[in-house]
Amino acid sequence: MAIHGLWIINKAGGLVYQRNFADGLAQLTSNEYLVLAGTLHGIHAITSRLSPTGSSSGAEVIEGETFKLTIHLTLTGTKFVLLTSLVETTAEVILQKVYEIYADAVMKNPFHTPEMPIRSEGFDSKITTLIGSGQ
Amino acid sequence: MAYSQPHPRLSVLSNSSQSSVDQFSPTSSSARYSLPSAPSIHTTLGSTKAPGPRPNIYDRNLNKTRIAEVSASAFAFLFSEIVQYTQKRVSGINDLERRLNTLGYRIGTRVLELMVWRAESSSKAPKRETRLVPALMVIHTQVWKAVYGKAADAIEKSVENADEYMIIDNDPPIERNISVPRDMGGLSCSSFTAGIVEAVLDGLGFPARVTAHSTPTSQFPSRTTILIKLEKSVLEREELLKQ
Repeated sequence: MAIHGLWIINKAGGLVYQRNFADGLAQLTSNEYLVLAGTLHGIHAITSRLSPTGSSSGAEVIEGETFKLTIHLTLTGTKFVLLTSLVETTAEVILQKVYEIYADAVMKNPFHTPEMPIRSEGFDSKITTLIGSGQ
Repeated sequence: MAYSQPHPRLSVLSNSSQSSVDQFSPTSSSARYSLPSAPSIHTTLGSTKAPGPRPNIYDRNLNKTRIAEVSASAFAFLFSEIVQYTQKRVSGINDLERRLNTLGYRIGTRVLELMVWRAESSSKAPKRETRLVPALMVIHTQVWKAVYGKAADAIEKSVENADEYMIIDNDPPIERNISVPRDMGGLSCSSFTAGIVEAVLDGLGFPARVTAHSTPTSQFPSRTTILIKLEKSVLEREELLKQ
């Protein structure tokens, strides 16, 4: 039961928010995070076209041997990605709450430019209350 | 006080910002006020022919909306746009705060009129606050309740200056979702509220300069102090009334 990290990817595939919550993740540079987010954006676009039965909203969970990656796609194309341990069962619920916080603290903040990196103290502190202290 | 021209505070373009007038509004002053012109109302009514004439907002009973509530989210988005719109047209933080203050002032004059009408029109002996402290109490409770649906958290009198009073709100609803970036340190979007307070004080006959300052505490990160600096004439009159 652990939450490792949270990413927010805008509709163009750019990483606008990234935060680690626990040790154990490989330390990457911000450039590497950007590349990973862009790759995930591409993979997600592919998975959304793979469905044999009608349209699909794309990958929702990607599981590895040691971790799980849960993707929440909003109607506007923003993706919320949560990296958790395999046994974590509340990932979807948490992502839904993150989306709520995002709508409040980011979209209603006049000093935020849409599609740009999120620098908002209110958002940071609300995420900390939801998930726990970050690094 | 006698004004040779319309009160400068009633106009978004006050004289002190003449430099930015050109980019703000190339047309004449009529664009500043959003009163619908009469012909457009008639044409819309004539062309649509909705089931029965639509009630004009000006003809509605003012008490109908007395307990009505506005979606906080809708207001947050609107206020966010107001700040962004204003920010695009100013040269600095002071200018931004002054314009937000002016926008609030235009609301404050209407709030006072509506509030007094609702509270006193049915009373047999309508009254008006003439002393400073009761007037501040009215702002602290009634104005805040009329505008934000809750009372403010405290009124304080400045220790250093006799002409300064402070109204404190621990969690101003208009700032709940706003995070001011570090490079705009001193900005407080509650200047809007300060404008409302200034208008109400002006309307009650207590001319003052009202400004907003964020005074965060660890418990209340968006705690805001509305600082009221009264004009000398007000304090002199208070002295006379005391006797």
